[in-house]
Amino acid sequence: MSTAAPGEVQAAAEERETVFGAARAYLERLKAGDVGSLPVIVGMLVIVLYFTSQSSNFFTAVNFENVIVQMAGTTMIAIGVVFVLLIGEIDLSIGYVSGMAGVTVAYFQMPGSSHQFSGPYAIALAIGVGALIGLVQGSFVALVGVPSFVVTLAGLFVWQGVIIRWIGDRGVIGIQDNLVNDTANYYLSKNAGWIAAAVTCTGFALVSVVGVISRKRAKLPVGSIAVVAIRVAFITAIGIAAVWIANRDRGVPFPGLLIVGMLVVWTFVARRTTFGRHVYAVGGNAEAARRSGINVRFIRICVFMISGAMAAVGGVVLAARLSSVDLNAGGGTILLEAIAAAVIGGTSLFGGRGRVVAALLGALVIATIANGLSLIGAAAATQYITTGLILLAAVVLDTLSRRRLEASGR
Amino acid sequence: MAPVLELQNVSKSFGSVEALAEVDFEVRAGEVMALVGDNGAGKSTLVKSIAGIHPFDSGEILFDGEPVTIHGPKDAARLGIEVVYQDLALCDNLDVVQNMYLGRELHDVLRRLREAVMELRTAETLRTLSVTTIRSTRQTVATLSGGQRQSVAVARAVMWNSRVVLLDEPTAALGVAQTRQVLELVKRLREQKLAVVLISHNLHDIFEVADRITVLRLGRNVGVFERNVVTQQDIVSAITAGVPTEVAGVASAEPA
Repeated sequence: MSTAAPGEVQAAAEERETVFGAARAYLERLKAGDVGSLPVIVGMLVIVLYFTSQSSNFFTAVNFENVIVQMAGTTMIAIGVVFVLLIGEIDLSIGYVSGMAGVTVAYFQMPGSSHQFSGPYAIALAIGVGALIGLVQGSFVALVGVPSFVVTLAGLFVWQGVIIRWIGDRGVIGIQDNLVNDTANYYLSKNAGWIAAAVTCTGFALVSVVGVISRKRAKLPVGSIAVVAIRVAFITAIGIAAVWIANRDRGVPFPGLLIVGMLVVWTFVARRTTFGRHVYAVGGNAEAARRSGINVRFIRICVFMISGAMAAVGGVVLAARLSSVDLNAGGGTILLEAIAAAVIGGTSLFGGRGRVVAALLGALVIATIANGLSLIGAAAATQYITTGLILLAAVVLDTLSRRRLEASGR
Repeated sequence: MAPVLELQNVSKSFGSVEALAEVDFEVRAGEVMALVGDNGAGKSTLVKSIAGIHPFDSGEILFDGEPVTIHGPKDAARLGIEVVYQDLALCDNLDVVQNMYLGRELHDVLRRLREAVMELRTAETLRTLSVTTIRSTRQTVATLSGGQRQSVAVARAVMWNSRVVLLDEPTAALGVAQTRQVLELVKRLREQKLAVVLISHNLHDIFEVADRITVLRLGRNVGVFERNVVTQQDIVSAITAGVPTEVAGVASAEPA
């Protein structure tokens, strides 16, 4: 049993305030199995270097924009998956829920029909449909106690059927509403891109600085200020680089802005609000959460609603990208890619561990591989096999790190 | 001195199984009341019902002499009744501060968490209870030893100006040194004028810290004993055989 005198605690806190101390603390965490985003970042570097060496078209401004647009739908859906995985559940319906949203938005913008709404209303309806589906499925899980695997598997079939019925003999519904199509196809002007980057990076820096100041004021240990500075500099560099590259071609695609916006909003919800804290608590120990007075059923239902709503946002973007929906809406690899993205990004399948940014990192890996392989002319088979192996590697890593965390008593 | 918490004639059944039958129970401020009984005697049911996890079917609950109703964990918490469960009910994936405030997080009007205040008060509470073995309040509970986890669970229970703390088998899974720590912690709770209910199988622990001992057997109250005037042997026979309330040298179960 470790007994630390107050002096030792002080020393430990001070040690963490130097860059060296912080680096050593990070290494300790790695050794104990808490790997965080490191494998994804290293993996991304390898992937980018490999495809850059294989294809001259890979590391270009045009392709950079393509990857962003290609990954946007998956990222949106995967954000919902992160929340579902955080409470230790699964949602297999998200693919066809995204399809339902695509059909909804297409149906309610149909020009000349009796059910034509303007773009924003059609989008709101689509997201509402997603949230409603989440409410129904979540209620079966939280109130009736049916395993989420089965409820959402049923949902997978049901919503696929509804989509086919709804589209019916038309076979395809075109989307002509400009605002709807812009969610996937609009490009920010060069200046707007720079403004977006400036606002995002300044915001991140401000939040970091305010965090340090409020802890200082409360006389709490602050950690290394240098590490905070490095983190802010890193994010700023990525922001500037992204806008700079995108502006060499058409500019920053709107889906990129959407990704950043959703990431900020949901990270805030997950890490800074009581609701988010309760989500982690339910995933960590549902019984403990219940005894602490947390309304576990309410949290579960809310999380399935988030999953449905975010699947719907993704569905709108995916439909807008093609400016149409057909009988295959929400099918194919959408479901598997979204779940794989959340897991590859570092969300634990065992509940309670993970961050919203995992959705972005995982979707980036999957989209980059798909994009790179198609550029070098590899068959779809290669793409599936590669993605599958990476998913397996991510889950193996999660399982090993969990075992290691347990062994080191973390 | 009037009891802080008093139960009169409480009963609880699960289907056809009568877990508690017309049980009387009381605990006073600044006293450690031990609750003992064999497996299935109804100890855990009594605790869970007081905590509002599954309310009593019948009977009266008096708090500070006033009749009250407890329908859920929040009712119990509002009265100042806190329970430390055998399995601790901590979230391994959350840190010490997050666990201390679980379900009662401090937040502003936007429901943003007030982390700094929570961290400060956690450190303060641990200090008043002389819990010095926890290095950082920001380490996850999974990294703590059994004794440390028990300390966090107890500290969480007393942080809310609580009046009654129920400890369910707090030393069951602990080694010798850690058991000692927890028993010291129990004594400090008594010094702070809390009413402490200690559920335990370990008569040695009970005779070290308890002031009075309530024995349950098959869902009934067998008797309330003053620790000073009974032997461990008396308690063992009460637990196993069940003795009438009026045994020589035994304070009666009637309200004092």
